[in-house]
Amino acid sequence: MISLEKRLAPSTSASILSPIIAITLTIICGLLMIQAAGKSPSEAFDVYFLFPFNDINTYLKTAPEDRGGLLYQPAEVLVKAIPLALIGIGLAIAFRAGLFNIGAPGQYILGAIFAGGVALHVPEDLSRFIVLPLCLIAGALGGLLWALIPAFLRVRTGANEILTSLMLTYVAALLLDWIVRGPWKDPAGFGFPQTPDFPESAIMPIMLEGTRLHWGLALVLIIFAVLWFILSRTVTGFRFTVTGLAPKAAHFAGFNQRGTVYLVFLISGALAGLAGAIEATSTIGQLQPEISAEYGFAAIIVAFLGRLHPVGILLAAVVLAITYIGGENAQISLGLPKNATLVFQGMLLLFLLACDALIHYRLRWRTRRRA
Amino acid sequence: MGQNAGGKGGVTGSHGDAPLFEARGISKSFGDVAANKNISLKVHSGEILALLGENGAGKSTFVKMTDGVLRPDSGAFFWNGKQITIKSPAAAKRIGIGMIFQHFSSFEALTVLENLALALPQRSLRAIRRDVAEVSERYGLSINPKRRVERLSAGEKQRVEIVRALLQKPKLLILDEPTSVLTPQEADGLFATLDSLAADGMAMIYISHRLNEIKELCDSATILRHGEVVGSCDPRSTSVPEIAEMMIGKTADPIDRAGAYVGGPRLVVDNLSVPAKEGVSLKKISFSARRGEIMGIAGIAGEGQDTLFAALSGERRTPKAKSIKIDDQPIGAMGPTSRRRKGIAFAPEQRLGHAAIADFSLSDNLRLTRHAMREFSNRKRRAQSLKIREDYDVRSSANDPKAGTLSGGNLQKFVIGRELDRQPDVFIVAQPTWGVDAGAASSIRNKLLSVAERGGTVVVISQDLDEIFQIADRVAVLHRGELSLTHLVDDMTPDKIGMLMSGEDINSVSKDAIAQNFTRKRATRITETQEETSPAETRITDEQVKDPTQREAPASVVQTPQPAISPVITSSSMTSSITPPPSKPASQPSQKSTPARRIFVSGNVSTPWTAPEIIQKGTVL
Amino acid sequence: MEPFLIAVIVAATPFLYAATGELVAERSGVLNLGVEGMMLLGAVAAFVTALTTGSSGLGILAGAAAGAAGALLFVIVALGFSANQAATGLALTIFGAGASGLIGQGYVGEALKPLPKFQAPEQLAEFTGVRILFNHDVLVYGAFALIVVVWLYLNFTRSGLRLRAVGDDHHSAQALGLGVLRIRSLAVLFGGACAGIGGAYLSLAYTPLWAEDMTAGRGWIALALVVFASWRPLRIVFGALIFAAFDQAGNYRETLNIEIPSQFLSMAPYLATIIALVLISMASRRSDTPACLGREFRPDR
Repeated sequence: MISLEKRLAPSTSASILSPIIAITLTIICGLLMIQAAGKSPSEAFDVYFLFPFNDINTYLKTAPEDRGGLLYQPAEVLVKAIPLALIGIGLAIAFRAGLFNIGAPGQYILGAIFAGGVALHVPEDLSRFIVLPLCLIAGALGGLLWALIPAFLRVRTGANEILTSLMLTYVAALLLDWIVRGPWKDPAGFGFPQTPDFPESAIMPIMLEGTRLHWGLALVLIIFAVLWFILSRTVTGFRFTVTGLAPKAAHFAGFNQRGTVYLVFLISGALAGLAGAIEATSTIGQLQPEISAEYGFAAIIVAFLGRLHPVGILLAAVVLAITYIGGENAQISLGLPKNATLVFQGMLLLFLLACDALIHYRLRWRTRRRA
Repeated sequence: MGQNAGGKGGVTGSHGDAPLFEARGISKSFGDVAANKNISLKVHSGEILALLGENGAGKSTFVKMTDGVLRPDSGAFFWNGKQITIKSPAAAKRIGIGMIFQHFSSFEALTVLENLALALPQRSLRAIRRDVAEVSERYGLSINPKRRVERLSAGEKQRVEIVRALLQKPKLLILDEPTSVLTPQEADGLFATLDSLAADGMAMIYISHRLNEIKELCDSATILRHGEVVGSCDPRSTSVPEIAEMMIGKTADPIDRAGAYVGGPRLVVDNLSVPAKEGVSLKKISFSARRGEIMGIAGIAGEGQDTLFAALSGERRTPKAKSIKIDDQPIGAMGPTSRRRKGIAFAPEQRLGHAAIADFSLSDNLRLTRHAMREFSNRKRRAQSLKIREDYDVRSSANDPKAGTLSGGNLQKFVIGRELDRQPDVFIVAQPTWGVDAGAASSIRNKLLSVAERGGTVVVISQDLDEIFQIADRVAVLHRGELSLTHLVDDMTPDKIGMLMSGEDINSVSKDAIAQNFTRKRATRITETQEETSPAETRITDEQVKDPTQREAPASVVQTPQPAISPVITSSSMTSSITPPPSKPASQPSQKSTPARRIFVSGNVSTPWTAPEIIQKGTVL
Repeated sequence: MEPFLIAVIVAATPFLYAATGELVAERSGVLNLGVEGMMLLGAVAAFVTALTTGSSGLGILAGAAAGAAGALLFVIVALGFSANQAATGLALTIFGAGASGLIGQGYVGEALKPLPKFQAPEQLAEFTGVRILFNHDVLVYGAFALIVVVWLYLNFTRSGLRLRAVGDDHHSAQALGLGVLRIRSLAVLFGGACAGIGGAYLSLAYTPLWAEDMTAGRGWIALALVVFASWRPLRIVFGALIFAAFDQAGNYRETLNIEIPSQFLSMAPYLATIIALVLISMASRRSDTPACLGREFRPDR
């Protein structure tokens, strides 16, 4: 029989190995499932995971004048990775402090709504340098306010933040649904549930011609650099870690528990809100109900897979983004259903959580006790 | 010890027969530590045997062996003269041994009846309900089986525990500190129940360190100290002081004491009341700790120590800011960080999870209490933690080990070192040597002494009386969230402390035991081997010690005249607090306890003396 | 009004199954956020089985088995490997959505005959009450029966008592010799089977076809329902009917003369749950909230 035995101190090597093992197991099992569904696993592997590398390879081999559009797919991966990384790092900060901001998708939606509110109501002739930052700030504010609710309820009444923030996610999705079908509905939209297109001044400029990659990427990298500094070099980062590992020791160190809850939810909510704002002002350029369905809980996978570390989260966001784009490709070229991607994502998280047990526990073979 | 079993009711075990339960030569060690050494005791049917001892004397280890949770290394148990092996708690129950633990292991959300049903899986609910009614009525244990346990008072919960044990029809009942969470009225009810159980022939082992209870209740007493049986007696005919002295022993007196100067009050706690979130609330606590002294807060476990430490460290803000002052500034509303900035350092009792984080390296743990002062770079912090490890002899093979990998003693040395390395003015420490090996303990105590020596103020919250006697200058005792008056340690004897610990005031003077300036003998150093040292090498002259502290103490405080009220002198050592210096040779504990003991025997109703150290309120503060 | 009330009872049925199952798991101290995923697995398995075998009975069994299989993943990861329960539940939901999509891919567009309904005797059918209450299929009545059985089980059996004890204090339970992880695993598996039947009801009776994400968030409502019912089985009936009424009110807005946008009606269950949770948390007296809910447990030996 296998049993788990607590380690004296958590194992660093297991912490790094765990995601690698989990990814490997996910790919193996996922491809087996695809084979069971009657599709070619090798083709699926190619479509799902190798396409960005294939495309980059082709790009490098092609003469510069013929390269147009070849980087489209790899750029799409980065476009997807941007919101995932932002939400993921916010979740990671909460996790570090021992809090579960499971409602990040709701804060993301509120971010989009707030950004949309600004974009749809500013005078048309205002400069992009004013409107776009205003949209992003409004988005962060929206996410922050939405996150404040579970934080407040937790601090004031002790209500479980997992359950409240989860409920609020659905409230947010319904709110968006109402907005795009009601007050902000596009009168010229043929009845589709969507707002009018945002003015040009509220649209994120493109970074790489011929693709949809926008300057949000640069913003994300700056934010990550700042967060990395805060988390690893300042008392605030230390405070989060201490609170997560030992609340009593945090108290003893002089870190006020309530303050930590608010701070964590504010940061985490603002980041999710910003992600929503970026999403609304970049690739979509309007509000639609689909915004809410886009990422769901995938950012949680990003946070765990990235080991709650900024660098890891950037990598993990790219990995998850690859499964999204790969899934879209597989839908077209293999005829796999839209949700098939979720098989990979769900398995990845399950394997990861199981492998993470090895960080704190050692596997032991034990002979049966009873003779 | 069985010879005096028949205290009450006439129903007693027949003394000639084999005792119902007997332990012969039980020993148990954990690693190098011998928790129980060759313990033998007997209990007859209808007899209540007291098992006495301080915290850490080995009582709980012994109890766990009788309950089958632990197995003895050597020795054997006998039941009606036949040798038995107790393999598990279930086996203990089958034999007829029932346990009532200090902490109720009940399910709060379930009803009384459901709790009982879980403990008695083979009995039908109806049978349980019937038996509960019967047992409750017979022994005056009124409980409502339909109530949820969370809504019961501590006394009611304990009744449930007793009923649970009784439903298993034991012949021997072992009660571990049963009154520790009860009000006096509830305790009286318990004693009545136990008396009638004994009258019905139940044998009981009653574990406690509350001596007055023992006298009231028990037929015989076996006393443990440091894991060994040090004596047994008939508690009815033995005086409380005598029992206390057996239990606490001759205090390991500081071998070398030299004059040390004590200055004015620095940390003043005045009428501090803190409602507990969990645990015991503090009720109107007052004491002061002065420059150059070690103030001891004694008390058995769970009397409010945690709440007191939290209030002092700032983890709990006090309702009134003024109830804690440092150098006359109120600090009660400050958090730990601001208090640290005021030059106060803290070391809590629980090492991992409170004082330090297991998964953090020592240098990261250093940051826990240092971030308030100044942030260091990682490299500097590592150097700093290395220095602390060297200065405080923290042993580990790793370069910057994780706290969780250190032994208890080494981690404690690091925790103490982390605070003292900052040269704090005031150091508040809870259980500084709890669960630490002897070498580390004496090294830690020496460090605490040296803080006082350089004019610092140390408050030691400790359940270890040896420690209090060894290093403290004055002591007050915490009991159910209330603090006794402060006494000079020189005036205290084990029996007096024992009285205070069980909540009896040893003098009925005004509430404020107020600081005064005095020069007295105090330990300056404990040698690592503890017991012996040559006085010559560590003696410090008055002048040497006086110098630095006098400079620090504000003149107004130092020179305040001390109008003592009615100095009725009852013990020779009291004089030292009025007529200043030396005269008293080092370490003669027997001398100081004799007169006091007489006083106690003669009357424990109201206290027979007025302590001369009491000064009119407000003269110094 | 009558069609609305009938619709409410029908719409409440999947909530009843999923919430009752989740309630049992939560009372044992496990927070399984994977209800939505398990419902989807149940829905697709039931549909495919019923379609290929032609037996809706087998379909229901397959739904229960598929839900329990999903729960088994949760048991292995969250209980066996002591992983974070909330994260494991989400993983299960994600996985369930994906796997059900993959399995059901070839069956999109196929239709089943819905489960047969009881017909009230003609003499009685003239009473509105009879028409509302006695015109349903077996799963509807099964849902109400299930709740009563679970209520009896939790409150009046030794086994139910042990389950509650484990949820209240796992350390004390272990000290008493109860197999904490075994009891919890069984509770979670039961919860999975119930969620599976709830999903099966959707694909066999409610809308007898298979579509991706056909549970449409009902699993989350079921989770909310458990909290709303403050962990008491009989209150689930009440809560499920209210939540279903809000759910259906959108479709019957004109009949019922409701001015409020349907989205706000749909929000009501979630908001009501938050309010209930706040009230429960603020109450000085402890409710039936399992004290160990969501807390990791690893036996000492």
